[in-house]
Amino acid sequence: MTSLQLSPTAVHAQALVKIFGDNHAVNGVDLEIPAGGIYGVLGPNGAGKTTTIRMLATLLKPDRGSAKIFGYDVVKDSRMVRRLIGVTGQYASVDEKLSATENLIIFSRLLGFSSRESKRKANELLEEFGLTEAAKRPLAKYSGGMRRRLDLAASLIAQPPLIFLDEPTTGLDPRTRNQMWNTIRRLVKDGSTVVLTTQYLDEADQLADRIAVIDHGKVIAEGTPAQLKAKIGTASLELVLADNENLQQAKDIIQQMLMAEVHATANSTITAPMVDAEVITDLLLAFRNAHIRLSAVMVKSPTLDEVFLTLTGHHTEQQTIPVDH
Amino acid sequence: MTGKKISGLTNVALMVQQSIIMAYRGLLKVRRTPEQLIDVTIQPILFTLMFTYLFGGAIAGNVHDYLPIIIPGILAQTILTGSVAIGVNLREDMDKGVFDRFRSLPIARIAPLAGALMADAIRYIIVTVLTFAMGYIMGMRPPAGFTGVLEASLLAIFFAWCSSWIFAFFGVIAKTASGVQGISMIILFPLTFLSNAFVPVNTLPKPLAWFAKVNPVSHLVTAIRTLLEQGKTNHDFWVSLFGGLIIMVVFSAITVRAYIRKAA
Repeated sequence: MTSLQLSPTAVHAQALVKIFGDNHAVNGVDLEIPAGGIYGVLGPNGAGKTTTIRMLATLLKPDRGSAKIFGYDVVKDSRMVRRLIGVTGQYASVDEKLSATENLIIFSRLLGFSSRESKRKANELLEEFGLTEAAKRPLAKYSGGMRRRLDLAASLIAQPPLIFLDEPTTGLDPRTRNQMWNTIRRLVKDGSTVVLTTQYLDEADQLADRIAVIDHGKVIAEGTPAQLKAKIGTASLELVLADNENLQQAKDIIQQMLMAEVHATANSTITAPMVDAEVITDLLLAFRNAHIRLSAVMVKSPTLDEVFLTLTGHHTEQQTIPVDH
Repeated sequence: MTGKKISGLTNVALMVQQSIIMAYRGLLKVRRTPEQLIDVTIQPILFTLMFTYLFGGAIAGNVHDYLPIIIPGILAQTILTGSVAIGVNLREDMDKGVFDRFRSLPIARIAPLAGALMADAIRYIIVTVLTFAMGYIMGMRPPAGFTGVLEASLLAIFFAWCSSWIFAFFGVIAKTASGVQGISMIILFPLTFLSNAFVPVNTLPKPLAWFAKVNPVSHLVTAIRTLLEQGKTNHDFWVSLFGGLIIMVVFSAITVRAYIRKAA
Protein backbone atom coordinates (compact mmCIF):
# COMPACT_ATOMS: atom_id res chain seq x y z
CA MET A 1 0.00 0.00 0.00
CA THR A 2 3.05 2.24 0.28
CA SER A 3 3.05 3.19 -3.38
CA LEU A 4 -0.46 4.63 -3.09
CA GLN A 5 -0.92 8.32 -3.59
CA LEU A 6 -3.18 9.27 -0.70
CA SER A 7 -4.57 12.71 -0.23
CA PRO A 8 -3.93 14.13 3.28
CA THR A 9 -7.68 14.64 3.62
CA ALA A 10 -9.27 11.39 4.80
CA VAL A 11 -12.83 12.41 3.95
CA HIS A 12 -13.98 15.21 1.75
CA ALA A 13 -17.76 15.29 1.32
CA GLN A 14 -19.64 17.95 -0.52
CA ALA A 15 -23.38 18.54 -0.33
CA LEU A 16 -24.23 14.85 0.17
CA VAL A 17 -27.93 14.13 -0.24
CA LYS A 18 -29.84 10.89 0.31
CA ILE A 19 -33.61 10.72 0.01
CA PHE A 20 -35.75 7.75 1.08
CA GLY A 21 -39.24 8.28 -0.30
CA ASP A 22 -40.03 11.80 0.87
CA ASN A 23 -37.66 11.64 3.83
CA HIS A 24 -34.51 13.71 3.23
CA ALA A 25 -32.37 11.49 5.45
CA VAL A 26 -29.24 13.39 4.49
CA ASN A 27 -29.84 16.88 3.21
CA GLY A 28 -26.61 18.46 2.07
CA VAL A 29 -23.82 17.26 4.37
CA ASP A 30 -20.36 18.78 3.98
CA LEU A 31 -17.47 17.16 5.81
CA GLU A 32 -13.75 17.78 5.77
CA ILE A 33 -11.93 15.21 7.88
CA PRO A 34 -8.13 15.39 8.11
CA ALA A 35 -6.08 12.18 8.19
CA GLY A 36 -5.09 11.01 11.67
CA GLY A 37 -7.06 11.37 14.85
CA ILE A 38 -10.66 10.69 15.78
CA TYR A 39 -13.54 12.54 14.19
CA GLY A 40 -16.91 12.41 15.90
CA VAL A 41 -20.24 12.71 14.16
CA LEU A 42 -22.73 13.61 16.86
CA GLY A 43 -26.50 13.66 16.55
CA PRO A 44 -29.74 12.14 17.81
CA ASN A 45 -31.45 9.07 16.36
CA GLY A 46 -32.58 9.66 12.80
CA ALA A 47 -30.33 12.70 12.28
CA GLY A 48 -28.71 11.07 9.25
CA LYS A 49 -25.46 9.86 10.84
CA THR A 50 -25.72 6.27 9.72
CA THR A 51 -26.88 7.22 6.22
CA THR A 52 -23.92 9.58 5.87
CA ILE A 53 -21.46 6.91 7.02
CA ARG A 54 -23.00 4.35 4.66
CA MET A 55 -22.53 6.70 1.72
CA LEU A 56 -18.92 7.37 2.68
CA ALA A 57 -18.32 3.63 3.06
CA THR A 58 -19.72 2.86 -0.46
CA LEU A 59 -22.70 0.97 0.98
CA LEU A 60 -25.22 3.52 -0.32
CA LYS A 61 -25.12 5.66 -3.42
CA PRO A 62 -25.59 9.36 -2.77
CA ASP A 63 -28.54 10.91 -4.63
CA ARG A 64 -26.66 14.17 -4.99
CA GLY A 65 -23.28 15.56 -4.00
CA SER A 66 -19.95 13.80 -3.92
CA ALA A 67 -17.49 12.32 -1.47
CA LYS A 68 -13.84 11.43 -1.70
CA ILE A 69 -11.89 9.13 0.58
CA PHE A 70 -8.18 10.01 0.51
CA GLY A 71 -8.86 11.58 -2.88
CA TYR A 72 -10.80 8.60 -4.33
CA ASP A 73 -14.45 9.08 -5.29
CA VAL A 74 -16.86 6.81 -3.38
CA VAL A 75 -18.95 6.15 -6.50
CA LYS A 76 -16.45 6.11 -9.35
CA ASP A 77 -13.52 4.52 -7.49
CA SER A 78 -15.61 2.50 -5.03
CA ARG A 79 -13.36 -0.52 -5.34
CA MET A 80 -10.33 1.54 -4.45
CA VAL A 81 -12.17 3.16 -1.57
CA ARG A 82 -13.04 -0.28 -0.19
CA ARG A 83 -9.32 -1.05 0.04
CA LEU A 84 -8.81 2.00 2.20
CA ILE A 85 -11.63 1.64 4.71
CA GLY A 86 -12.89 -0.63 7.45
CA VAL A 87 -16.53 -0.42 8.49
CA THR A 88 -18.14 -1.48 11.73
CA GLY A 89 -21.88 -1.14 11.48
CA GLN A 90 -24.47 -0.35 14.09
CA TYR A 91 -25.65 -3.94 13.90
CA ALA A 92 -22.92 -6.53 14.22
CA SER A 93 -21.53 -7.19 10.77
CA VAL A 94 -20.31 -10.67 11.59
CA ASP A 95 -21.76 -14.10 10.99
CA GLU A 96 -23.83 -15.22 13.99
CA LYS A 97 -23.68 -18.88 13.15
CA LEU A 98 -19.91 -19.08 12.93
CA SER A 99 -17.23 -18.79 15.59
CA ALA A 100 -15.05 -15.70 16.00
CA THR A 101 -12.05 -17.45 14.45
CA GLU A 102 -14.08 -18.65 11.46
CA ASN A 103 -15.47 -15.17 10.89
CA LEU A 104 -12.04 -13.54 10.91
CA ILE A 105 -10.49 -16.25 8.73
CA ILE A 106 -13.22 -15.93 6.10
CA PHE A 107 -12.89 -12.15 5.97
CA SER A 108 -9.12 -12.26 5.66
CA ARG A 109 -9.27 -15.01 3.02
CA LEU A 110 -11.65 -12.78 1.06
CA LEU A 111 -9.16 -9.95 1.41
CA GLY A 112 -6.61 -12.13 -0.35
CA PHE A 113 -4.51 -13.40 2.55
CA SER A 114 -3.29 -17.00 2.38
CA SER A 115 -4.86 -19.56 4.65
CA ARG A 116 -1.82 -19.56 6.97
CA GLU A 117 -1.66 -15.75 7.12
CA SER A 118 -5.40 -15.64 7.79
CA LYS A 119 -5.08 -18.00 10.75
CA ARG A 120 -2.20 -15.98 12.15
CA LYS A 121 -4.08 -12.70 11.71
CA ALA A 122 -7.22 -14.12 13.28
CA ASN A 123 -5.28 -15.31 16.33
CA GLU A 124 -3.45 -12.00 16.67
CA LEU A 125 -6.65 -9.97 16.51
CA LEU A 126 -8.49 -12.25 18.93
CA GLU A 127 -5.60 -11.94 21.35
CA GLU A 128 -5.53 -8.15 20.96
CA PHE A 129 -9.25 -7.84 21.57
CA GLY A 130 -9.33 -10.25 24.49
CA LEU A 131 -11.44 -12.83 22.67
CA THR A 132 -9.01 -15.76 22.59
CA GLU A 133 -10.91 -17.69 25.23
CA ALA A 134 -14.22 -17.31 23.44
CA ALA A 135 -12.75 -17.84 19.97
CA LYS A 136 -14.36 -21.23 19.36
CA ARG A 137 -17.75 -20.39 20.79
CA PRO A 138 -20.56 -19.58 18.35
CA LEU A 139 -21.39 -15.87 18.37
CA ALA A 140 -24.93 -16.50 19.56
CA LYS A 141 -23.41 -16.90 23.03
CA TYR A 142 -21.45 -13.63 22.88
CA SER A 143 -22.29 -10.56 24.94
CA GLY A 144 -22.95 -7.26 23.18
CA GLY A 145 -19.50 -5.99 24.05
CA MET A 146 -17.71 -9.10 22.78
CA ARG A 147 -19.62 -8.91 19.54
CA ARG A 148 -18.68 -5.27 19.02
CA ARG A 149 -15.05 -6.06 19.73
CA LEU A 150 -15.09 -8.87 17.19
CA ASP A 151 -16.79 -6.59 14.74
CA LEU A 152 -14.09 -4.00 15.20
CA ALA A 153 -11.39 -6.67 14.92
CA ALA A 154 -12.89 -7.73 11.58
CA SER A 155 -12.62 -4.15 10.32
CA LEU A 156 -8.91 -4.09 11.10
CA ILE A 157 -7.76 -7.19 9.22
CA ALA A 158 -6.39 -5.28 6.25
CA GLN A 159 -5.13 -2.46 8.49
CA PRO A 160 -7.09 0.16 6.58
CA PRO A 161 -6.00 3.78 7.01
CA LEU A 162 -9.60 4.89 7.63
CA ILE A 163 -12.07 3.19 9.97
CA PHE A 164 -15.77 4.01 10.23
CA LEU A 165 -17.44 3.10 13.51
CA ASP A 166 -21.19 3.52 13.59
CA GLU A 167 -22.27 3.99 17.21
CA PRO A 168 -19.59 1.67 18.56
CA THR A 169 -20.78 1.89 22.19
CA THR A 170 -24.56 2.16 21.95
CA GLY A 171 -26.07 -0.42 24.27
CA LEU A 172 -22.82 -1.26 26.05
CA ASP A 173 -22.42 -1.18 29.82
CA PRO A 174 -20.04 1.49 31.20
CA ARG A 175 -17.12 -0.90 31.75
CA THR A 176 -17.30 -2.31 28.24
CA ARG A 177 -17.72 1.17 26.86
CA ASN A 178 -14.46 2.21 28.52
CA GLN A 179 -12.69 -0.79 27.02
CA MET A 180 -14.02 0.21 23.61
CA TRP A 181 -12.82 3.76 24.07
CA ASN A 182 -9.33 2.52 24.91
CA THR A 183 -9.31 0.32 21.84
CA ILE A 184 -10.35 3.22 19.63
CA ARG A 185 -7.63 5.45 21.12
CA ARG A 186 -5.05 2.74 20.46
CA LEU A 187 -6.09 2.55 16.79
CA VAL A 188 -5.36 6.21 16.31
CA LYS A 189 -1.96 5.87 17.97
CA ASP A 190 -1.08 3.37 15.25
CA GLY A 191 -1.74 6.06 12.65
CA SER A 192 -5.30 5.23 11.55
CA THR A 193 -8.05 7.77 11.10
CA VAL A 194 -11.28 6.94 12.93
CA VAL A 195 -14.65 8.41 12.08
CA LEU A 196 -17.26 7.50 14.67
CA THR A 197 -20.89 8.37 15.12
CA THR A 198 -22.43 8.74 18.53
CA GLN A 199 -25.53 9.95 20.29
CA TYR A 200 -23.55 10.88 23.39
CA LEU A 201 -21.90 14.25 23.79
CA ASP A 202 -19.79 12.72 26.54
CA GLU A 203 -18.37 10.14 24.17
CA ALA A 204 -17.57 12.65 21.46
CA ASP A 205 -15.99 14.85 24.10
CA GLN A 206 -13.85 12.02 25.49
CA LEU A 207 -12.65 10.68 22.17
CA ALA A 208 -12.92 13.07 19.28
CA ASP A 209 -10.39 15.64 18.15
CA ARG A 210 -13.08 17.32 16.09
CA ILE A 211 -16.85 16.95 16.11
CA ALA A 212 -19.56 17.58 13.55
CA VAL A 213 -23.05 17.93 14.99
CA ILE A 214 -25.73 16.62 12.63
CA ASP A 215 -29.44 17.29 12.81
CA HIS A 216 -32.15 16.74 10.21
CA GLY A 217 -29.57 15.63 7.66
CA LYS A 218 -27.39 18.72 7.95
CA VAL A 219 -24.19 19.63 9.75
CA ILE A 220 -25.24 22.36 12.16
CA ALA A 221 -21.96 22.86 13.99
CA GLU A 222 -18.37 21.76 13.57
CA GLY A 223 -15.23 22.23 15.61
CA THR A 224 -13.09 20.93 18.46
CA PRO A 225 -14.94 19.80 21.59
CA ALA A 226 -13.74 22.94 23.36
CA GLN A 227 -15.08 25.20 20.60
CA LEU A 228 -18.44 23.44 20.66
CA LYS A 229 -18.74 23.56 24.41
CA ALA A 230 -17.97 27.27 24.37
CA LYS A 231 -21.00 27.66 22.12
CA ILE A 232 -23.19 25.60 24.38
CA GLY A 233 -22.30 27.19 27.68
CA THR A 234 -20.88 25.84 30.87
CA ALA A 235 -21.88 23.05 33.15
CA SER A 236 -24.18 23.76 36.05
CA LEU A 237 -23.96 23.16 39.76
CA GLU A 238 -26.94 21.66 41.52
CA LEU A 239 -27.34 21.82 45.26
CA VAL A 240 -30.09 20.06 47.19
CA LEU A 241 -30.71 21.43 50.66
CA ALA A 242 -31.48 19.18 53.59
CA ASP A 243 -33.84 21.77 54.99
CA ASN A 244 -36.14 23.89 52.86
CA GLU A 245 -36.21 26.74 55.39
CA ASN A 246 -32.66 27.78 54.47
CA LEU A 247 -33.51 28.27 50.82
CA GLN A 248 -33.43 32.07 50.74
CA GLN A 249 -30.26 32.28 52.86
CA ALA A 250 -28.55 29.72 50.62
CA LYS A 251 -29.55 31.62 47.50
CA ASP A 252 -28.10 34.81 48.92
CA ILE A 253 -24.78 33.15 49.76
CA ILE A 254 -24.47 31.70 46.27
CA GLN A 255 -25.38 34.96 44.60
CA GLN A 256 -22.80 36.76 46.69
CA MET A 257 -19.97 34.34 46.05
CA LEU A 258 -20.56 33.40 42.42
CA MET A 259 -21.98 36.73 41.37
CA ALA A 260 -24.41 34.96 39.09
CA GLU A 261 -28.13 34.30 38.67
CA VAL A 262 -29.39 31.25 40.53
CA HIS A 263 -32.63 29.32 40.22
CA ALA A 264 -34.39 27.60 43.03
CA THR A 265 -37.09 24.99 42.66
CA ALA A 266 -39.75 23.99 45.13
CA ASN A 267 -38.00 20.83 46.30
CA SER A 268 -35.06 22.70 47.84
CA THR A 269 -32.91 22.43 44.75
CA ILE A 270 -30.75 25.34 43.64
CA THR A 271 -29.12 25.47 40.22
CA ALA A 272 -26.17 27.76 39.58
CA PRO A 273 -23.60 28.05 36.80
CA MET A 274 -20.53 25.87 37.38
CA VAL A 275 -17.39 27.96 37.87
CA ASP A 276 -13.87 27.61 39.21
CA ALA A 277 -13.57 24.59 41.55
CA GLU A 278 -11.80 26.75 44.17
CA VAL A 279 -14.82 28.99 44.41
CA ILE A 280 -17.04 25.97 44.89
CA THR A 281 -14.88 24.85 47.83
CA ASP A 282 -15.31 28.31 49.37
CA LEU A 283 -19.01 28.11 48.73
CA LEU A 284 -19.36 24.78 50.51
CA LEU A 285 -17.34 26.10 53.45
CA ALA A 286 -19.62 29.14 53.62
CA PHE A 287 -22.59 26.79 53.81
CA ARG A 288 -20.98 24.89 56.69
CA ASN A 289 -20.30 28.17 58.55
CA ALA A 290 -23.91 29.28 58.08
CA HIS A 291 -25.09 25.86 59.32
CA ILE A 292 -26.89 25.11 56.10
CA ARG A 293 -26.93 21.35 55.56
CA LEU A 294 -26.83 19.88 52.08
CA SER A 295 -28.27 16.53 51.07
CA ALA A 296 -26.69 16.46 47.57
CA VAL A 297 -24.21 18.31 45.39
CA MET A 298 -24.10 17.62 41.66
CA VAL A 299 -22.20 18.99 38.71
CA LYS A 300 -24.25 18.62 35.55
CA SER A 301 -22.54 18.71 32.15
CA PRO A 302 -24.55 20.07 29.27
CA THR A 303 -26.60 17.21 27.87
CA LEU A 304 -26.97 16.47 24.19
CA ASP A 305 -30.44 17.88 24.51
CA GLU A 306 -29.04 21.18 25.77
CA VAL A 307 -26.50 21.22 22.94
CA PHE A 308 -29.33 20.84 20.52
CA LEU A 309 -31.47 23.35 22.20
CA THR A 310 -28.64 25.84 21.95
CA LEU A 311 -27.66 25.00 18.39
CA THR A 312 -31.04 24.50 16.80
CA GLY A 313 -33.55 26.02 19.13
CA HIS A 314 -35.41 22.71 19.38
CA HIS A 315 -35.07 19.66 21.59
CA THR A 316 -33.85 16.32 20.28
CA GLU A 317 -37.00 14.69 19.06
CA GLN A 318 -38.07 11.51 20.70
CA GLN A 319 -40.63 10.74 18.04
CA THR A 320 -40.23 7.53 16.12
CA ILE A 321 -38.15 8.30 13.10
CA PRO A 322 -37.67 5.72 10.34
CA VAL A 323 -34.49 3.81 11.12
CA ASP A 324 -31.84 5.23 8.83
CA HIS A 325 -30.33 2.31 7.03
CA MET B 1 -1.26 -1.41 -6.90
CA THR B 2 -4.39 0.19 -8.21
CA GLY B 3 -7.61 -1.38 -9.38
CA LYS B 4 -6.84 -0.63 -13.01
CA LYS B 5 -3.56 -2.54 -13.05
CA ILE B 6 -5.24 -5.82 -12.21
CA SER B 7 -5.74 -7.61 -15.51
CA GLY B 8 -9.06 -9.05 -16.58
CA LEU B 9 -7.85 -12.61 -16.16
CA THR B 10 -6.67 -12.06 -12.60
CA ASN B 11 -10.01 -10.48 -11.88
CA VAL B 12 -11.86 -13.62 -12.98
CA ALA B 13 -9.44 -15.81 -11.03
CA LEU B 14 -9.99 -13.65 -7.93
CA MET B 15 -13.74 -13.81 -8.42
CA VAL B 16 -13.67 -17.60 -8.58
CA GLN B 17 -11.43 -17.78 -5.53
CA GLN B 18 -13.66 -15.42 -3.55
CA SER B 19 -16.75 -17.40 -4.58
CA ILE B 20 -15.11 -20.60 -3.36
CA ILE B 21 -14.38 -18.94 -0.01
CA MET B 22 -18.03 -17.89 0.20
CA ALA B 23 -19.10 -21.45 -0.63
CA TYR B 24 -16.82 -22.67 2.16
CA ARG B 25 -18.62 -20.24 4.46
CA GLY B 26 -21.96 -21.73 3.36
CA LEU B 27 -20.77 -25.27 4.11
CA LEU B 28 -19.43 -24.21 7.52
CA LYS B 29 -22.86 -22.82 8.32
CA VAL B 30 -24.51 -26.07 7.28
CA ARG B 31 -22.15 -27.92 9.61
CA ARG B 32 -23.04 -25.55 12.46
CA THR B 33 -26.79 -25.77 11.87
CA PRO B 34 -27.48 -29.20 10.41
CA GLU B 35 -31.22 -28.57 10.87
CA GLN B 36 -30.95 -26.63 7.60
CA LEU B 37 -30.77 -30.02 5.94
CA ILE B 38 -34.08 -31.32 7.29
CA ASP B 39 -35.88 -30.66 4.01
CA VAL B 40 -33.33 -32.57 1.96
CA THR B 41 -32.99 -35.48 4.39
CA ILE B 42 -36.42 -36.15 5.88
CA GLN B 43 -38.38 -35.37 2.75
CA PRO B 44 -36.82 -37.96 0.42
CA ILE B 45 -37.14 -40.66 3.08
CA LEU B 46 -40.67 -39.79 4.15
CA PHE B 47 -42.05 -39.16 0.66
CA THR B 48 -40.56 -42.34 -0.75
CA LEU B 49 -42.10 -44.45 1.99
CA MET B 50 -45.39 -42.60 2.01
CA PHE B 51 -46.14 -42.28 -1.69
CA THR B 52 -44.84 -45.71 -2.66
CA TYR B 53 -47.03 -47.59 -0.19
CA LEU B 54 -49.94 -45.20 -0.67
CA PHE B 55 -50.15 -45.25 -4.49
CA GLY B 56 -48.19 -48.40 -5.34
CA GLY B 57 -51.12 -50.80 -5.31
CA ALA B 58 -53.54 -48.44 -7.03
CA ILE B 59 -51.28 -47.28 -9.84
CA ALA B 60 -48.92 -50.14 -10.63
CA GLY B 61 -50.70 -53.11 -9.02
CA ASN B 62 -47.97 -53.55 -6.42
CA VAL B 63 -45.20 -51.65 -4.65
CA HIS B 64 -42.34 -53.33 -6.48
CA ASP B 65 -43.62 -52.41 -9.95
CA TYR B 66 -44.32 -48.85 -8.82
CA LEU B 67 -40.75 -48.18 -7.67
CA PRO B 68 -39.26 -47.48 -11.15
CA ILE B 69 -42.10 -44.98 -11.72
CA ILE B 70 -42.11 -43.22 -8.37
CA ILE B 71 -38.40 -43.04 -7.49
CA PRO B 72 -37.53 -40.76 -10.47
CA GLY B 73 -40.68 -38.75 -9.66
CA ILE B 74 -39.77 -38.28 -6.01
CA LEU B 75 -36.19 -37.48 -6.93
CA ALA B 76 -37.34 -34.72 -9.28
CA GLN B 77 -39.82 -33.38 -6.76
CA THR B 78 -37.61 -33.35 -3.67
CA ILE B 79 -34.54 -32.03 -5.46
CA LEU B 80 -36.56 -29.14 -6.87
CA THR B 81 -38.11 -28.44 -3.47
CA GLY B 82 -34.57 -28.45 -2.11
CA SER B 83 -33.56 -25.80 -4.62
CA VAL B 84 -36.10 -23.36 -3.15
CA ALA B 85 -34.01 -22.95 0.01
CA ILE B 86 -31.43 -20.87 -1.82
CA GLY B 87 -33.89 -18.01 -2.16
CA VAL B 88 -34.89 -18.04 1.49
CA ASN B 89 -31.28 -18.33 2.67
CA LEU B 90 -30.11 -15.60 0.34
CA ARG B 91 -32.83 -13.24 1.51
CA GLU B 92 -32.05 -13.91 5.19
CA ASP B 93 -28.35 -13.47 4.54
CA MET B 94 -28.78 -10.21 2.67
CA ASP B 95 -30.86 -8.79 5.53
CA LYS B 96 -28.08 -9.44 8.03
CA GLY B 97 -25.32 -7.09 9.07
CA VAL B 98 -22.64 -9.44 7.79
CA PHE B 99 -23.73 -8.64 4.25
CA ASP B 100 -22.72 -5.03 4.82
CA ARG B 101 -19.28 -6.27 5.67
CA PHE B 102 -19.07 -8.27 2.44
CA ARG B 103 -20.20 -5.24 0.50
CA SER B 104 -17.60 -3.01 2.13
CA LEU B 105 -14.77 -5.41 1.27
CA PRO B 106 -12.81 -5.00 -1.98
CA ILE B 107 -14.18 -8.25 -3.42
CA ALA B 108 -16.20 -9.23 -6.49
CA ARG B 109 -19.83 -8.18 -5.98
CA ILE B 110 -21.04 -11.50 -7.25
CA ALA B 111 -18.95 -13.68 -4.89
CA PRO B 112 -21.51 -14.01 -2.06
CA LEU B 113 -24.23 -15.03 -4.53
CA ALA B 114 -22.04 -17.41 -6.51
CA GLY B 115 -20.70 -18.93 -3.29
CA ALA B 116 -24.19 -19.60 -1.96
CA LEU B 117 -25.19 -21.36 -5.17
CA MET B 118 -22.03 -23.46 -5.15
CA ALA B 119 -22.54 -24.52 -1.52
CA ASP B 120 -26.06 -25.66 -2.37
CA ALA B 121 -24.74 -28.51 -4.51
CA ILE B 122 -24.25 -30.43 -1.25
CA ARG B 123 -28.01 -30.36 -0.70
CA TYR B 124 -28.75 -31.86 -4.12
CA ILE B 125 -26.19 -34.58 -3.60
CA ILE B 126 -27.82 -35.49 -0.27
CA VAL B 127 -31.31 -35.64 -1.80
CA THR B 128 -30.14 -37.81 -4.66
CA VAL B 129 -28.20 -40.27 -2.53
CA LEU B 130 -31.03 -40.63 -0.02
CA THR B 131 -33.73 -41.11 -2.63
CA PHE B 132 -31.82 -43.82 -4.47
CA ALA B 133 -30.83 -45.45 -1.18
CA MET B 134 -34.49 -45.61 -0.15
CA GLY B 135 -35.40 -47.06 -3.52
CA TYR B 136 -32.70 -49.69 -3.18
CA ILE B 137 -33.81 -50.66 0.32
CA MET B 138 -37.39 -51.01 -0.90
CA GLY B 139 -36.25 -53.32 -3.67
CA MET B 140 -35.59 -51.19 -6.77
CA ARG B 141 -32.84 -52.60 -8.98
CA PRO B 142 -32.45 -50.33 -12.04
CA PRO B 143 -31.59 -52.39 -15.18
CA ALA B 144 -28.98 -49.83 -16.26
CA GLY B 145 -27.06 -50.47 -13.06
CA PHE B 146 -24.78 -48.09 -11.24
CA THR B 147 -23.84 -46.14 -14.39
CA GLY B 148 -27.48 -45.41 -15.06
CA VAL B 149 -28.01 -44.24 -11.49
CA LEU B 150 -24.92 -42.02 -11.68
CA GLU B 151 -25.99 -40.45 -14.97
CA ALA B 152 -29.54 -39.91 -13.73
CA SER B 153 -28.16 -38.34 -10.54
CA LEU B 154 -25.95 -35.95 -12.44
CA LEU B 155 -28.86 -34.88 -14.64
CA ALA B 156 -31.13 -34.27 -11.63
CA ILE B 157 -28.45 -32.32 -9.77
CA PHE B 158 -27.67 -30.25 -12.86
CA PHE B 159 -31.35 -29.45 -13.46
CA ALA B 160 -31.94 -28.54 -9.79
CA TRP B 161 -28.88 -26.31 -9.80
CA CYS B 162 -30.15 -24.54 -12.91
CA SER B 163 -33.61 -23.99 -11.47
CA SER B 164 -32.18 -22.79 -8.16
CA TRP B 165 -31.33 -19.60 -10.09
CA ILE B 166 -35.08 -18.97 -10.40
CA PHE B 167 -35.46 -19.08 -6.63
CA ALA B 168 -32.24 -17.14 -6.11
CA PHE B 169 -33.89 -14.44 -8.21
CA PHE B 170 -36.96 -14.39 -5.95
CA GLY B 171 -34.62 -14.29 -2.97
CA VAL B 172 -32.82 -11.25 -4.31
CA ILE B 173 -35.93 -9.25 -5.23
CA ALA B 174 -38.27 -10.28 -2.39
CA LYS B 175 -38.74 -8.21 0.74
CA THR B 176 -39.00 -11.03 3.28
CA ALA B 177 -37.81 -14.60 3.55
CA SER B 178 -41.31 -15.93 4.18
CA GLY B 179 -42.45 -14.20 1.00
CA VAL B 180 -39.82 -16.10 -0.96
CA GLN B 181 -40.96 -19.37 0.59
CA GLY B 182 -44.58 -18.62 -0.26
CA ILE B 183 -44.13 -17.67 -3.89
CA SER B 184 -41.69 -20.52 -4.52
CA MET B 185 -44.11 -23.11 -3.18
CA ILE B 186 -46.96 -21.75 -5.29
CA ILE B 187 -44.83 -22.28 -8.39
CA LEU B 188 -43.37 -25.58 -7.35
CA PHE B 189 -46.45 -27.42 -6.17
CA PRO B 190 -48.35 -27.47 -9.49
CA LEU B 191 -45.16 -28.03 -11.45
CA THR B 192 -44.16 -31.14 -9.53
CA PHE B 193 -47.61 -32.65 -8.98
CA LEU B 194 -49.15 -31.87 -12.39
CA SER B 195 -46.56 -34.00 -14.11
CA ASN B 196 -45.86 -37.65 -14.76
CA ALA B 197 -43.91 -37.87 -11.48
CA PHE B 198 -46.53 -39.92 -9.61
CA VAL B 199 -49.20 -41.02 -12.07
CA PRO B 200 -49.29 -42.02 -15.77
CA VAL B 201 -50.25 -38.96 -17.82
CA ASN B 202 -52.91 -40.85 -19.85
CA THR B 203 -55.10 -41.17 -16.75
CA LEU B 204 -55.47 -37.37 -16.58
CA PRO B 205 -58.28 -35.25 -18.10
CA LYS B 206 -57.28 -33.67 -21.43
CA PRO B 207 -56.22 -30.13 -20.39
CA LEU B 208 -54.29 -31.54 -17.44
CA ALA B 209 -52.63 -34.17 -19.61
CA TRP B 210 -51.56 -31.46 -22.03
CA PHE B 211 -49.99 -29.46 -19.20
CA ALA B 212 -48.30 -32.54 -17.75
CA LYS B 213 -46.80 -33.33 -21.15
CA VAL B 214 -45.23 -29.90 -21.71
CA ASN B 215 -44.25 -29.55 -18.04
CA PRO B 216 -40.42 -29.50 -17.82
CA VAL B 217 -40.63 -31.65 -14.68
CA SER B 218 -42.22 -34.43 -16.77
CA HIS B 219 -39.33 -34.28 -19.22
CA LEU B 220 -36.86 -34.51 -16.36
CA VAL B 221 -38.69 -37.47 -14.82
CA THR B 222 -38.91 -39.32 -18.16
CA ALA B 223 -35.24 -38.65 -18.84
CA ILE B 224 -34.31 -40.08 -15.43
CA ARG B 225 -36.53 -43.14 -15.94
CA THR B 226 -34.99 -43.82 -19.36
CA LEU B 227 -31.45 -43.51 -17.99
CA LEU B 228 -32.28 -45.92 -15.17
CA GLU B 229 -34.10 -48.47 -17.32
CA GLN B 230 -32.30 -48.38 -20.64
CA GLY B 231 -29.10 -46.54 -19.73
CA LYS B 232 -29.50 -44.22 -22.67
CA THR B 233 -30.27 -40.59 -23.35
CA ASN B 234 -33.55 -39.88 -25.10
CA HIS B 235 -35.36 -36.83 -26.41
CA ASP B 236 -36.46 -35.86 -22.87
CA PHE B 237 -32.84 -35.92 -21.70
CA TRP B 238 -31.87 -33.25 -24.19
CA VAL B 239 -35.00 -31.21 -23.46
CA SER B 240 -34.11 -31.26 -19.73
CA LEU B 241 -30.46 -30.47 -20.38
CA PHE B 242 -31.12 -27.53 -22.69
CA GLY B 243 -34.18 -26.42 -20.72
CA GLY B 244 -32.01 -26.29 -17.61
CA LEU B 245 -29.31 -24.40 -19.48
CA ILE B 246 -31.79 -21.84 -20.80
CA ILE B 247 -33.30 -21.34 -17.32
CA MET B 248 -29.84 -20.87 -15.89
CA VAL B 249 -28.68 -18.42 -18.56
CA VAL B 250 -31.84 -16.31 -18.37
CA PHE B 251 -32.21 -16.34 -14.59
CA SER B 252 -28.54 -15.97 -13.76
CA ALA B 253 -28.48 -12.88 -15.97
CA ILE B 254 -31.50 -11.20 -14.34
CA THR B 255 -30.55 -12.40 -10.84
CA VAL B 256 -27.04 -11.02 -11.13
CA ARG B 257 -28.40 -7.74 -12.45
CA ALA B 258 -30.95 -7.40 -9.66
CA TYR B 259 -28.37 -8.47 -7.12
CA ILE B 260 -25.73 -5.97 -8.23
CA ARG B 261 -28.33 -3.23 -8.17
CA LYS B 262 -29.31 -4.16 -4.60
CA ALA B 263 -25.76 -4.67 -3.49
CA ALA B 264 -24.35 -1.49 -5.06
